[in-house]
Amino acid sequence: MELLCPAGSLHALKAALKEGADAVYVGLRNKTNARRFAGLNLDFDGIKAAADEAHRQDRRLYVAINTFAHPSDWHQWQRAVDDSVRAGADVLIIADLAVLGYAAETYPQVPRHLSVQASATNAAAIDFYRRLYGVSRVVLPRVLSMQQVTALAQTVDAELEVFAFGSLCIMAEGRCYLSSYLTGESPNNSGACSPAQFVRWEESDKGLHSRLNGYLIDSFQEHETAGYPTLCKGRFTVDDHSYHVLEEPTSLNTLGLLPELYQQGIKSVKIEGRQRSPAYVRQVTRIWRAALDRLLADPEAYAVEAEWQRALSTLSEGSQTTLGAYHRSWR
Amino acid sequence: MKFSLGPILYYWEKAKVEAFYRDAAESEADVVYLGETVCSKRRELKLSDYMKLAHNLREAGKEVVLSTMTLLESPADLRELRRYCENGEFHLEANDVGAIELLRAQGLGFVAGSAINCYNAQTLQRLLSLGMRRWLVPVELSRDWLSQILSVPEIQALRHTFEVEVLGFGHLPLAWSARCFTARSYNKPKDDCGLCCIHHPEGRPVHNLEGLRVFTLNGVQTLSGSRNNLVNDLPGMTGLVDVVRLSPEPESTFEWLRKFYAADRWGRRQALAPGDINGYWHKVEGIRLLDEPLGEL
Repeated sequence: MELLCPAGSLHALKAALKEGADAVYVGLRNKTNARRFAGLNLDFDGIKAAADEAHRQDRRLYVAINTFAHPSDWHQWQRAVDDSVRAGADVLIIADLAVLGYAAETYPQVPRHLSVQASATNAAAIDFYRRLYGVSRVVLPRVLSMQQVTALAQTVDAELEVFAFGSLCIMAEGRCYLSSYLTGESPNNSGACSPAQFVRWEESDKGLHSRLNGYLIDSFQEHETAGYPTLCKGRFTVDDHSYHVLEEPTSLNTLGLLPELYQQGIKSVKIEGRQRSPAYVRQVTRIWRAALDRLLADPEAYAVEAEWQRALSTLSEGSQTTLGAYHRSWR
Repeated sequence: MKFSLGPILYYWEKAKVEAFYRDAAESEADVVYLGETVCSKRRELKLSDYMKLAHNLREAGKEVVLSTMTLLESPADLRELRRYCENGEFHLEANDVGAIELLRAQGLGFVAGSAINCYNAQTLQRLLSLGMRRWLVPVELSRDWLSQILSVPEIQALRHTFEVEVLGFGHLPLAWSARCFTARSYNKPKDDCGLCCIHHPEGRPVHNLEGLRVFTLNGVQTLSGSRNNLVNDLPGMTGLVDVVRLSPEPESTFEWLRKFYAADRWGRRQALAPGDINGYWHKVEGIRLLDEPLGEL
């Protein structure tokens, strides 16, 4: 079972490798990247340096080209594939059907993983991508329960990768337009959800307001921790009742599920957070490495250490963690 | 311009659904989409009921398309999808790539629904080679984006082989989740939801803390808070769009269908209802309304 860690910079990549990531995923500094944040991500030379560094330590580098190509700019996505291969990427993580097709036809020798943005939640969809584009691994959306993950693991030929820790996307990824509904920009059309340039904070006598493109997303009292105004974690009103209508500001943490995931043959556990700091990547990787080592040494004897949970919860959004959809009760 | 009625996204009682389709049979609609696309727990109508409705509508001269589930999670969902795909009579709208796989394997053509991520000419071309006959454009794409895709020479050459459909009226499907937000609004777990969606034939409105309607809860689906209405944007669709879809609302769908028809045939500009939006089509955030000057009609 592989530990796959995020890096938005070479510093983060080095931190992940140092703490024992088996593979690291990165993205280019352009529209082809669904984690497009100012000051983050790598250019061609950066990808090359990252690949060299990973290979020197006998690890792997994955490049995510996980947005949908714009009609006026197709060549930018083509070039992202070309450059990533040329820079030494071991794997391309792709969402767009046409980009997948291009990669499969031009570089059949470079493995292709289906990005979570492609939203493949069932065996027929996975078959489609395997048969037509030779996808060797599928990153499963965070909407599936453990039972459903198990059912898939037993039916499909592709390797499966699951999100193990980090931000919790509650909608089927690649099929959520909440962000563009309020800002014009979404992960699919612009590579970012609730983009930072639309965020505004405002002190008022009613508390601290967070706005997205002018629309009020949440209002925090003094004793509350103010979170980033990600749309689905905002506070809204249904029938005069104000609450987190879609989701509380919590994070995904599946340390407790590791034995089950392992038993089902899940090939890779993925840590979310290319937008996070090298310090965050270092701490999370260290804990997950320790957990995986413990598991792989003796799956029967695996137990989650309280110290791991404590350390992870301080790193999590809203300081709360959940098993998300993996656990049916959350649904 | 052809007009279509999309699948009913809300959970309505069977009698209400049947009444809706009796009206549909008499209406100006050219195409009618039928089927449950949101939640597999909604069982007021089974596939056999939809097939009966489909036969009636076909006899009334409508083109009938069976529309399929969008978020397919369990083996049971997939079995139900297979039954839709093997109905043997009617075309299918694929709302998930899994449906495309099943139809492709049978050599059947399909309509690609708006949740199929087709954002560029290269993807469109690949979908066409897999048997796509009609393309319902993703909700967040603008006229400008659509026209860029369609102007690519390779697409122009294939333009006679497929139709372009746009969601012109109704609340826009914006997201799907494993969570049921309607059940959550009742403080119920999804597994024990009591099918509470049935109490909300137009979904549950969600406002922000300043009272602005932002979203609509429809079970596991989140719809736009406001109603998309492109009735006055029809002139700009000439040469780009072949079918305009009206998504069924519990009230006034057919009244609006007639208004769309009038706007199309006689260039009659229509007064929008307060709160109607058209932002996506005009390349801004979906929630906005951009009013065209009267002179353009």
